[in-house]
Amino acid sequence: MSIGSNQLGLYLTLFAALGLAGCEGPLNSPYPAADAERNILYSSFSERPKHLDPARAYSSDESLIIGQIYEPLLQYHYLKRPYVLEPATAEALPEIRYLDASGKVLPAGAPDSAIAYSEYDFRLKPGIRFQPHAAFARGAADEYLYHHLNPEQLAGIRTLADFHETGTRELTAEDYAYQIKRLLHPALHSPIAELMKEHIVGFKSLGDTLERDYFAAPKGQFFDLRPYALEGVQVPDSHRLVIRLNGKYPQFRFWLAMTFFAPMPWEADAFYAQPGLIEKNITPDWYPVGSGPYILAENNPNRRMVLERNPFFHEDRYPVEGDPEDDPNGLLADAGKLLPLVDRVVMNLEKETIPYWNKFLQGYYDYSGIASDNFDQAVQFGSSGSPELTPEMLAQGIRLETSVAASDYYLGFNLRDPVIGGLDEAHCKLRQALSIAMDYEEFISIFMNGRGVAAQGVLPPGIYGYREGQQGINPYVYDWVDGAPQRKSIETARRLLAEAGYPNGVDAATGKSLVLYLDLSTHGADDKPLLAWYRKQLEKLGVQLVFRATDYNQFQQKMAAGNAQIYQWGWNADYPDPENFFFLLYGRNAKVPNGGENASNYVSEEFDRLFERMRNLDDGPERMALIEALQERIRHDAPWIFGLHPKSFSLHHAWYGNLKPNLMANNKLKYMKIDARQRAARRAEWNRPVWWPVLAGFALLFAAVVPAYRHYRQRQRAAAL
Amino acid sequence: MTAYLIRRALYALPLLLGVNVLTFVLFFVVNSPDDMARMHLGQKHVTQEAIAKWKHERGYDLPQLWNGEAEGVGKLTETIFYQKSVGLFLFRFGRSDSGRDIGADIAQRAWPSLAFAVPALIFGLLVHIILAVGLVFFRLTYLEFWGVAACVALLSISSLFYIIGGQYLLGKLLLLVPISGYDGGWNAVKFLILPVLISVVAGIGPGVRWYRTLFLEEVERDYVRTARAKGLSETRVLFTHVLRNALIPILTGVVVILPALFIGSLITESFFAIPGLGSYTIDAIGQQDFAIVRAMVFLGSALYILGLVLTDISYTLADPRVRLN
Repeated sequence: MSIGSNQLGLYLTLFAALGLAGCEGPLNSPYPAADAERNILYSSFSERPKHLDPARAYSSDESLIIGQIYEPLLQYHYLKRPYVLEPATAEALPEIRYLDASGKVLPAGAPDSAIAYSEYDFRLKPGIRFQPHAAFARGAADEYLYHHLNPEQLAGIRTLADFHETGTRELTAEDYAYQIKRLLHPALHSPIAELMKEHIVGFKSLGDTLERDYFAAPKGQFFDLRPYALEGVQVPDSHRLVIRLNGKYPQFRFWLAMTFFAPMPWEADAFYAQPGLIEKNITPDWYPVGSGPYILAENNPNRRMVLERNPFFHEDRYPVEGDPEDDPNGLLADAGKLLPLVDRVVMNLEKETIPYWNKFLQGYYDYSGIASDNFDQAVQFGSSGSPELTPEMLAQGIRLETSVAASDYYLGFNLRDPVIGGLDEAHCKLRQALSIAMDYEEFISIFMNGRGVAAQGVLPPGIYGYREGQQGINPYVYDWVDGAPQRKSIETARRLLAEAGYPNGVDAATGKSLVLYLDLSTHGADDKPLLAWYRKQLEKLGVQLVFRATDYNQFQQKMAAGNAQIYQWGWNADYPDPENFFFLLYGRNAKVPNGGENASNYVSEEFDRLFERMRNLDDGPERMALIEALQERIRHDAPWIFGLHPKSFSLHHAWYGNLKPNLMANNKLKYMKIDARQRAARRAEWNRPVWWPVLAGFALLFAAVVPAYRHYRQRQRAAAL
Repeated sequence: MTAYLIRRALYALPLLLGVNVLTFVLFFVVNSPDDMARMHLGQKHVTQEAIAKWKHERGYDLPQLWNGEAEGVGKLTETIFYQKSVGLFLFRFGRSDSGRDIGADIAQRAWPSLAFAVPALIFGLLVHIILAVGLVFFRLTYLEFWGVAACVALLSISSLFYIIGGQYLLGKLLLLVPISGYDGGWNAVKFLILPVLISVVAGIGPGVRWYRTLFLEEVERDYVRTARAKGLSETRVLFTHVLRNALIPILTGVVVILPALFIGSLITESFFAIPGLGSYTIDAIGQQDFAIVRAMVFLGSALYILGLVLTDISYTLADPRVRLN
């Protein structure tokens, strides 16, 4: 009997504990009950960002964090399309001057050949302050409190939050100049340092000087960049910054909207350079120091990262104008309101899609992407072929946003290859035939749940120069039929193949079947259906396809050596300008021998000439005509099978507002809003615990044990024979 | 005993060295220093010069195991292997290839791993032993038959299924616990209920069957018959006499894993978003961070050796007849 009463006590305690917990909110809530109605946005990340230092961070998951903390001079307008730049910390868009070789300002309309330098002249908004940070903390004698920490001070420090004193100061043009010099810091390995050496005046020579001095300097000390002058970056006064570039490089304005060009106070570098802090992993790569709408209040990327509203954030307001459809869609409801609209952003680590998806459905994440496992549960295609939410999602008030990414996913031909390369008509026809045979509409349907748009050229929708409709199709692969592009028939491809010298996929000269080799980086058995699909496409032409699958590193090495024949690759745009796509086929960027991004090693004099004219022009009819000529050139020469532009699908709950897909802006979180009350109510409604199966389980267990226990008791009490 | 411990510690050195060489060779067969540099420097705009600089700064431009160009001892010491391995034997893990201090990271991530692994072990032991004793208690009844059948059934299910099934049942259908997540201090409890419960249930099949076998072997011995003949109740016989005598094989299985507990559980931590050490090594392999891989493999081996020594010591405590000479 004593066992029974103990068990009963245990159950009662358990139920009491759970019951008490239940009073505070849903039992399955992963968040503190006190936060239920707070203005907090909840999202997730699947892999810890590698770098948070603005000189190093480049990937989208890194930008998602530091884009909210650091403020470059310019930013993308949140609502307007096509994407336009607007001032962020600058008072206005830069005044751009063109200079000749002697440094004299050229009149407007001067030919490109006369331009030796271009100057970008910025004036900063006054009164912008950095976030509160220990690096700025000063004592009574105005000395920096934490720039020379001794072992006793360091003993009690585990994270940045352990510094009790913080300070701030006004943002100045020197901070931008300092960060531009940091891009050259030999220990930082900024990914854009090499690129910028071509453009910023004096950047390369400063890089060489820093390289020399840094390695000669004693280790473990602050390597101060302030004494080093950079010819191309001048600070005439505390709020004016002038950047001088070699020649004309209009795309530079887009780089100025990236966090590479965000300000970094020298105090932060001096503070973080202390060896005692580095040993505790307190570095600028872990604890950013910005002037943006949020500060990184908690950085534990093994669990969660928390952004808190920056108490010193300057006046910044929600846009008052946008595209025509934005007002009816409610995207201007907050026009003119002070930003940010959300107080706190909590990003939790979710490595697995199943728990992540279920927590989204329970209301614990405000928005979500759609993994292929959950796609059918969330989305169905209507009679017109457009994606629609399933009734289950609609019942929860979930909404769907789709947008085409500024990305290319393609199959490239190595033009140096003797079989597939060459710009003569026969080789072009061979590549055109293969382009027709590779049915990307089918690919999108099979492998991407319809989340993609077959590419008609190198430019994705939304980029200047992209054409809708009949004018925009690739006439070598598609026909315009009944108001839509239709892939040419396989007979057309066979005819082109025959004209190229391979009737029915057999080399007319040697009588041997045409065998092609596709290099790609694969992920093991999961890619088998994909490989089978590729093979099937070329079998339609009688062409055999052999795979040379490797991991991504080896794949890159092969590409660098020009050893591939056909390869599968992709490109995510850095900025929304056609130059950032066409440069992938520019002759001077050929992978072999120049080590550039033109992995197809496509070198066409005509293309290069057109590209060099197009890249420096402002958007307008002349540029559009050049873009069309470029598209025509590459559609004919077919250095790529253009593949597809991925389409991103995202879901968000009804309480999540102001979401408009913006693939370029990194600082979007400040525009988002949350109706926390509605969220709390929905969470409570959707997450009522179900107790009866647990009680039934215990009852069943009890029922199973009692007869056996009785049997045992009888046996114990039975008299021995 | 002291001599024994010193001898075991000395045995450990060549073992650790061997593990270290093996890890080193396996890692560099798959990843060249160039691959590592590319992985760390990113995908775009990476030049060969940048790769060379990255390797030079981290000492990955040295020969791997033997430096033919160096003089004297330098042939051995001016190699990647020597430079990267010596500190490990002093438990100085150094910096990861991405620049973070590995020791600090391990110290931070060990606690959540322990927060899950320790209760999972304790509750697991308790439940499995009690159930096994229960089966022995009810031996030759329908409960034993169906209990063993249930154990075989539970044994046949993949651990991943327990995780996904548990999350689905308790987190999604019954809405009783958070599906995944973690929090500091006592707030961690509500996140740990589900993974610990799943860990205990998933271990019932193998655990209960193993302990039941041990107890059955003991329960037929003479001393048990004597105890019964003296009139002791079956409960007392089982919990006082049988359990104590079955301790040696139980300790063999348990003590050896104690030091390794904080290394964490890879799959469970990943599915429940527990920020422990379980995923630290796998993340490092994914990011080709040799410094972390090397440190974690070394630590794992050292802890395993420690576990074996502790097992030997625990024998002397459980059974006074055992002596370590």
